[in-house]
Amino acid sequence: MSDYAVEALNIVRTFKDGEVRALNDVTLQVPRGEVFGLLGPNGSGKTTMIRILSTILKPTSGVAMVNGIDVVKHPDAVRRSIGLAGQYATVDENLTGFENLRMIGLLNHLDKSFVIKRSHELLEQFGLSDAANRTTKTYSGGMRRRLDLGAALVANPPLLFLDEPTTGLDPQSRQDLWGIIEGLVEGGTTVLLTTQYLEEADRLAKQLVVLDHGKIIAEGTSQELKTRLGSTVLSVTFATTDDARRGGELIGDLSPMPAIIEGTVVDLTVDRGPALAADALRRLDNAGITLVGLALREPSLDDVFLNLTGHKAEDVSGLDADVVTSGRRAKKAHT
Amino acid sequence: MSVTSVPVHSSKSSLRWAVSDVLTIARRNLLALVRIPTALVFAVIQPVMFVLLFRYIFGGVIKIPHIPYVDFLIPGILVQTTIFGAVGTAIGLAEDLQRGLIERFRALPMARIAVLGGRTVADFTRNIGVVIIITFVGMAVGFRPSGSVVSYIQACLLMLIFAYCLSWGFAFVGLAAPNSETAQAMTFPLIFPLTFASSIFVQPSKMPGWLQGFAEHQPVSECATAVRGLMLGTAHGDATWITLAWAIGAVAILAPLATAQYRKVA
Repeated sequence: MSDYAVEALNIVRTFKDGEVRALNDVTLQVPRGEVFGLLGPNGSGKTTMIRILSTILKPTSGVAMVNGIDVVKHPDAVRRSIGLAGQYATVDENLTGFENLRMIGLLNHLDKSFVIKRSHELLEQFGLSDAANRTTKTYSGGMRRRLDLGAALVANPPLLFLDEPTTGLDPQSRQDLWGIIEGLVEGGTTVLLTTQYLEEADRLAKQLVVLDHGKIIAEGTSQELKTRLGSTVLSVTFATTDDARRGGELIGDLSPMPAIIEGTVVDLTVDRGPALAADALRRLDNAGITLVGLALREPSLDDVFLNLTGHKAEDVSGLDADVVTSGRRAKKAHT
Repeated sequence: MSVTSVPVHSSKSSLRWAVSDVLTIARRNLLALVRIPTALVFAVIQPVMFVLLFRYIFGGVIKIPHIPYVDFLIPGILVQTTIFGAVGTAIGLAEDLQRGLIERFRALPMARIAVLGGRTVADFTRNIGVVIIITFVGMAVGFRPSGSVVSYIQACLLMLIFAYCLSWGFAFVGLAAPNSETAQAMTFPLIFPLTFASSIFVQPSKMPGWLQGFAEHQPVSECATAVRGLMLGTAHGDATWITLAWAIGAVAILAPLATAQYRKVA
């Protein structure tokens, strides 16, 4: 058996007769027993990757092995070894929580009495016991996600694909879900997680791949990514946006990366924080610009993404987002 | 973390698994039917309204030679109702697709055929219930089938099989529609000519000449003629065999069509 839970080589996936390249030569190796993060904005190809690895979609070219099994040649064997939970929390609204889990368990071809036992176990584990006999129509967003995750776990798969598991959730539900995912990994499950939340990737994933427009633009641990892209962020707050623009121009050349001006705040990724901070202060003082605040901080993955792509992670170009979902159907319309 | 049970894989042949998967999905669809009030209304209340409408409002002006209109009407309404059930097939599949449930099913080691098989089997089962209900409603408004019980049951089976075979065409519609609302809208241009330009409510001989040929010989009319003949114990020629031939012909074309569409979109 290979050391990797997922090995994907040179995956290409095009839609609309090659007009749209959702994935363009992506290679991934996910080690067993940890959370691996696939980070990128909407339309970057994350979901397409998950759909290929979970046998829903065939790659246009490239080879993908999941738990050592070729996804194109033996999709059924792959399906028996994975769990999938998605951003749309695809639970059946008209069934109760228990009925949802039982259905998925039976469709996983598990023994009936095991399915019943396991369903109750998962409902208990995810704090859904009280809601077990209510139709999921009545569930909150967070409850649905937990049930969806439970459904992915009925067969106890060694590998779990989580496609934006916390998108649209409130902070508390998100924390809850993170705790559950961490618990699963402690129990030996491998998790391949996609997210557009940099905080989520930072907290959960040991290793990260950053996708943009179907290509890998960076990979490594989140620490490595931060280090590679400048060790410190110099953040200067001005009194007015006008001052911020002038100030940004004055200190912009202190960093090889472009200064990021947002409102009255200018962010600059720098190598030697303290020395450059003094430089910046001097220049601004000479120009007679008053500062409201100045701080040096560790870069967030937000900064990393910005530096890598030149646009913000949350910046969704409508076209890209459309392309990826309309390769299929407008499922989003319903959420 | 709590102790997790070790999965026990049940051992069955792949055919038995396919049957089991179809039944699992069918059960899920039937549960939904019970839990969505509008679905139940659509399935049961609507045909009852049709019975009342034609029995008491239009029935007075429709004259059928030799038999009371109610005896002509109820077999027709039964056929109409079972065919209307296929609208639910289209809507249900469109909804599953829209909600991403079919996508989830695709990542499970279940039989490919189960989503379509389970949906059509559920709708077949619902039709059995509806046929029983409408039979009693019909009797309550004066329907007196003069054929034998055995031929009544044969008539019910015939229309259930006929509607099941047609429902594969509506499965195709549901999978081809962008959403459930459109799926519903798409079924009407198909279902209205088939059920109304037929011998379900009136005799085609009273229709305009250009329509008569179609209304007389189209498959739904053949089915209505056969069902009526069996229920009333009157002669109906080869209508039963023609209906069965249509049913087999329909499923032979429509099932592969729906399956191909399923592969395409799911």
